[in-house]
Amino acid sequence: MSMKVLAAMSGGVDSAVAAARAVAAGWDVTGVHLALSRQPATLRTGSRGCCSLEDSHDARRTADILGIPFYVWDFAERFAADVIDDFVAEYQAGRTPNPCLRCNEQIKFSALLDRALALGFDAVVTGHHARLTDGRLYRSVDAAKDQSYVLAVLTPEQLAHAVFPLGDWTKDQVRAEAARLGLAVATKPDSHDICFIADGDTQGFLARRLGEQPGDIVDTDGQVLGSHAGTYGFTVGQRRGLNLSRPSASGEPRYVLSIQPKTNTVVVGGAAELEVGLIRCGSPVWIAEEPSGGLDCQVQLRAHGMVSQARVSSDGTGLRAVLAQPQRGVAAGQALVMYDGDRVLGSATILSTERDPVSAG
Amino acid sequence: MLAEVIDAVAASMRAGSTGVVGNPSSVHTSGRQARRVIEESRERLAAALDARPSEVIFTSGGTEADNLAVKGIYLARRAADPGRRKLLVSSVEHHAVLDSAEWLVEHENAELVLLPVDSEGVVRPEALAAAIAEDPAAVALVSVMWANNEVGSIQPISELTEIAHAAGSSFHTDAVQAVGTLGVSFAASGVDAMTVTAHKIGGPYGVGALLLGRGVPCLPVLHGGGQERDVRSGTLDTPGAVGFALAAELAVSRRPELASRLTGLRNELIAGVLDAVPDAVLNGHPVHRLPGNAHLSFPGCEGDSLLMLLDARGIECSTGSACSAGVAQPSHVLLAMGADEPRARGALRLSLGHNSTEQDVRTVVEAIGPVVERARRAGAAASSAAVAGRGA
Repeated sequence: MSMKVLAAMSGGVDSAVAAARAVAAGWDVTGVHLALSRQPATLRTGSRGCCSLEDSHDARRTADILGIPFYVWDFAERFAADVIDDFVAEYQAGRTPNPCLRCNEQIKFSALLDRALALGFDAVVTGHHARLTDGRLYRSVDAAKDQSYVLAVLTPEQLAHAVFPLGDWTKDQVRAEAARLGLAVATKPDSHDICFIADGDTQGFLARRLGEQPGDIVDTDGQVLGSHAGTYGFTVGQRRGLNLSRPSASGEPRYVLSIQPKTNTVVVGGAAELEVGLIRCGSPVWIAEEPSGGLDCQVQLRAHGMVSQARVSSDGTGLRAVLAQPQRGVAAGQALVMYDGDRVLGSATILSTERDPVSAG
Repeated sequence: MLAEVIDAVAASMRAGSTGVVGNPSSVHTSGRQARRVIEESRERLAAALDARPSEVIFTSGGTEADNLAVKGIYLARRAADPGRRKLLVSSVEHHAVLDSAEWLVEHENAELVLLPVDSEGVVRPEALAAAIAEDPAAVALVSVMWANNEVGSIQPISELTEIAHAAGSSFHTDAVQAVGTLGVSFAASGVDAMTVTAHKIGGPYGVGALLLGRGVPCLPVLHGGGQERDVRSGTLDTPGAVGFALAAELAVSRRPELASRLTGLRNELIAGVLDAVPDAVLNGHPVHRLPGNAHLSFPGCEGDSLLMLLDARGIECSTGSACSAGVAQPSHVLLAMGADEPRARGALRLSLGHNSTEQDVRTVVEAIGPVVERARRAGAAASSAAVAGRGA
């Protein structure tokens, strides 16, 4: 019997072509669009990638052309609790979350996958740019579009029921295939904003959710340099928007070094102080076999770029990573993803950073 | 669509000696010919529904007829007597009525009272009487559907109409669901306005009518050429009117036989499903319901899952009123009936029509047990994942 798969269709070109490739593989494909917003906008605005009725319509038209059954499933409640509320709570706690990663972990490959399996499907197909073969996860061949970082939180059990048909294609190839199939989404713009923040104004969104929480901006000696309306407006490594009353003694620009939720302060300092040599992480997930001792690998510290050679070792329940090349702007809440070349070994959540690996022991 | 109707519509669209291609609003020969066909269709439709030809206002369907009745009659009554500012609408109406009423609240300062229903989805006459008694002279319009489109419950329309009329209010009913299987007489019902539509009785999509009593004031919603008593402007759809008239005649002549056959099949279907899934619950009135309507709740299931699993077995059903996004919202009808969350989430409407057979019923009865079992596993997976997700 052929594979019976559920294709998650956002209305974008990637998930459309992923579903098309599943059909071409001869599988029994059913398309599902996840309704993630309680009050969806009628038309797509800017570069948002999903959640408007127009996106739902685009997904439906693709399913029509592919000749597959298509349904819209309401996951708005789960999405609000597991992704949006989590996003807000993470900022409130002084961390910088990645909502796409959380959505993969909690919605697409948890709520949706569980339901798909219970309904008799073998796997969930998505349009992520990553390669998955025999339970091994690799970067996409299109380095600029690679999404292995936001998939690295998935467990081997979750990956066993995932299919990413686009990993060996570049985005240009995906668009060309969509055009060849006559899909109207072939020229649809890429999405890059956070899908649940319609106007792209993350700070405005957080301010509406969290309210004004005025506090001080201080230097590493605790001297007050300015004020802020809420620490959630800042992320580690940020330079703009500090509005400091006094220039630094050296005249060098200052950056956010850390966010201290307990004292509601933002600590700033020079570029050199931003450098991080040691990272402590929690909640490790291993896709490859968990190493028994130390592991030399590459680590990626945010969704795009910031890759360093590192030595990773166990640290009780978590991990500690000593970076071979110190990095600037490493934010708690982001994922640390471990790679061996193109292959994803595992991931963990960044909890804290230290400047000097030697003194930290 | 019925085969006879398709033939009649196609013939009226085709040019030729018997065909009608003219604009019925024009005065030249082909225009007059088209006009004649429209008027004959109007007379045939009126006869089928026991109304006078002048009471037929052709529209683009049920939604437009509901909008026209609710907005047009309310605004006309209030214009004549500013004290009549209230609109009483049952809480289980179709959105074409509910949203029109809410539009009047938002843009015309109308005062809306949603009439409660009992646990079987029926508006009790005493509930209407109580709502009117608060200020009888303030009520402009009461709107209660003939039979509910979701759970199938039939409303006591004549009684409700009498109560509304005693207070000087107008009364509208949406009879879209009723015409094919219940005896519907516009004259005998006593209502001032009635919504009907063609596609529910085997006619073409995109044509309907508001039956509007001759003395009932109604302001137009569509303005223009003054067609249809100056209440509904717009060039008339001649083939649509032909198809609607024929479908109505056929529906009325076949109704007694169809209604009794569907009632038998429906009772068999409900009994078979309750036998296969003992904890399923029948929604709506057990007896006074549309002959072709079986509406059941399967606790522990998501309606979406049931729909997909049945669809894959060639059984087409629905979870409620479809909205433009295709997302099944919790049914306002079930919520108004006091249904709890699991009952609303696991609801499924199985509709039987003129082409339904004994075999169809057996197919559903055989499939429903395993389908519900599987959907329950999916429901359980979703809720345990939700708990795990919160704990993580």
